[in-house]
Amino acid sequence: MTPGFDNPVLGAQSSFRAMLHALSHPGRIIRLADLPAAPAPLAPAAGAAALAMCDADTLLWHDAGEQAAAWLRFHTGAPWGAPREARFAIATGAPPPLAGFCLGSDEAPQDGATLLLQVAGLEAAAGWLLTGPGIQHETALCVTGLPPGFVAERAALGALFPRGLDIILCADALIAALPRTTSIRERA
Amino acid sequence: MNAALTGYNFGYLDEATKRMIRRALLKAVCIPGHQVPFGAREMPLPYGWGTGGIQVTASVLGPDDVLKVIDQGADDTTNAVSIRRFFNRVAGVATTESTAEATIIQTRHRIPETPLSEGQILVYQVPMPEPLFRLEPRVAESTRLHAMAEYGLMQVKLYEDIARQGEVATSYNHPVMVNHRYLMSPSPIPAFDNPKMHMNAGLQLFGAGREKRIYAVPPYTDVRSLDFEDHPFKPVRAPHACAICGSEESYLDEVITDDQGGRMHVCSDTDYCASRPPV
Ligand SMILES: [Zn+2]
Repeated sequence: MTPGFDNPVLGAQSSFRAMLHALSHPGRIIRLADLPAAPAPLAPAAGAAALAMCDADTLLWHDAGEQAAAWLRFHTGAPWGAPREARFAIATGAPPPLAGFCLGSDEAPQDGATLLLQVAGLEAAAGWLLTGPGIQHETALCVTGLPPGFVAERAALGALFPRGLDIILCADALIAALPRTTSIRERA
Repeated sequence: MNAALTGYNFGYLDEATKRMIRRALLKAVCIPGHQVPFGAREMPLPYGWGTGGIQVTASVLGPDDVLKVIDQGADDTTNAVSIRRFFNRVAGVATTESTAEATIIQTRHRIPETPLSEGQILVYQVPMPEPLFRLEPRVAESTRLHAMAEYGLMQVKLYEDIARQGEVATSYNHPVMVNHRYLMSPSPIPAFDNPKMHMNAGLQLFGAGREKRIYAVPPYTDVRSLDFEDHPFKPVRAPHACAICGSEESYLDEVITDDQGGRMHVCSDTDYCASRPPV
C-alpha cells in the first residue's frame, strides 16, 4: 500500500484550499502542493482531492481499478457508489454519461456530484473561453485528452440549474475547475 | 513548526467535521447564494460569539494564513480580540489588523472599506441565514420558494416598507439577489456595504452556526440589492466627515463624547481610519 499525504492534516487542508481556489476561479490552473503517492492510473491531483474530501460519509465512484480502489478505501474509508448515487467520482478514462451522475434536486442542489475528471493536459491557452461567476471577463483554458462531445454534453446540463455537476479537471499535479455555473465557448 | 500546526486538531475542529464543512463550502461556491445545510457539531461557545463564522474559518485556515477579525468594523472589540487569540492559540496562525495583509478576514456586521483583492477570503458570521424567515418561518416552505425562485413575497414586503416609510426601510440586512438566481441575506451589514459584495475580487463565505447553513458568493459575481424601479436602492451613510481622518466615503459610527449630549462621527472601520492621515 503506497502512502497518502505526508501529513494528513496539512495535506488535506492545502488540497482543500486549492480546490476552493480553483472553484472560485473557474478555468484557472492550480498546482497542488501536497501530493500523495496515488497508484496508477490515478493522477496525483485526483488522489489528493479524494483524500482531502472523502470519508465514510461520501459514496465514491471511480474507474481506476483494483489497486486504486484498495488505496482509496484504505486512506478515505469511502464506500463505493454507482455514478447515480456517488457524491464524488473519479474518471481516469472517458467518463460515463454526465447526465447519469447525481445532479441533486432543485431543493438540494448541493447533492449534485463532484467529478474529478482526469485529462492529458491543462494549459492557460486558446481553446475554450470560459465565463460565469468567479471570472471577471473571460478565462482561456486549453484541455487535451477529453472525449469528443464533452462540451455539448456538459452544456446540456446547464438548463437544469440549480441542479448540476461540478467538474474538477486533473492532470498530474494540476487542477482546473468547471463548476456548474461556468459557460464554455469553444473557439473555432 | 509548533505543535499547533502539526497536531491532529489544527484549527480546533476534528478532521471529520472539517471535511464535512469543506464539502459544504465547495458546493456553496458552485451554487452562489444557495444555503447549504451542514451537520454542525455543537461548539462550546454561545451562538452570539459567531460559531458559524468560527467553524468556517477553522475549516479553511492553514499555517500560511494571516487572520484578521473585525466586529462592527473594529479590530479591538472584546469579541474580535478573543476570536483572534483563539485562532492564534489553537492554530498558531499569524494575525493582523490590516485588511491588506490578511488572507482571511472574519467579520461581524461590516465589509472592510479597503477593497479585497484576489485570493482574500471574507468570512461572515451570520445570525440568521434565511432572508425569507420573517415572511415564511417554515423551513420546508422557504426551501421550496428558493428552489422555485419564487421571491414575490419579499418584493411585496419591501414595497410595503416603501409605501409606509417612503424609502427602503431595511438599512441593515437588506436582501440581495446573487447571480440573478438566489435571494440571499448579506447578514446584518449596513445597506451601505451591500454594493461592495457585487463583483468583489475576494471570496465571500457565510457561516450560520445555529441554523447550520453555509453559503457563498464567489469572486466576480453579480450581487444586486433588492429594489424597485421607482424606488432604487440607496446605500445610506451619515452626511458627515470622520472626526478623526476626515473621510467622506467611509461608513460612520456615531460616538457620544460626553454627558452633555456631545457626539461625533468616526469611521466604523478602525484599520481604514488609522491608515489615513489625521485631520
Ligand atoms: Zn476615519
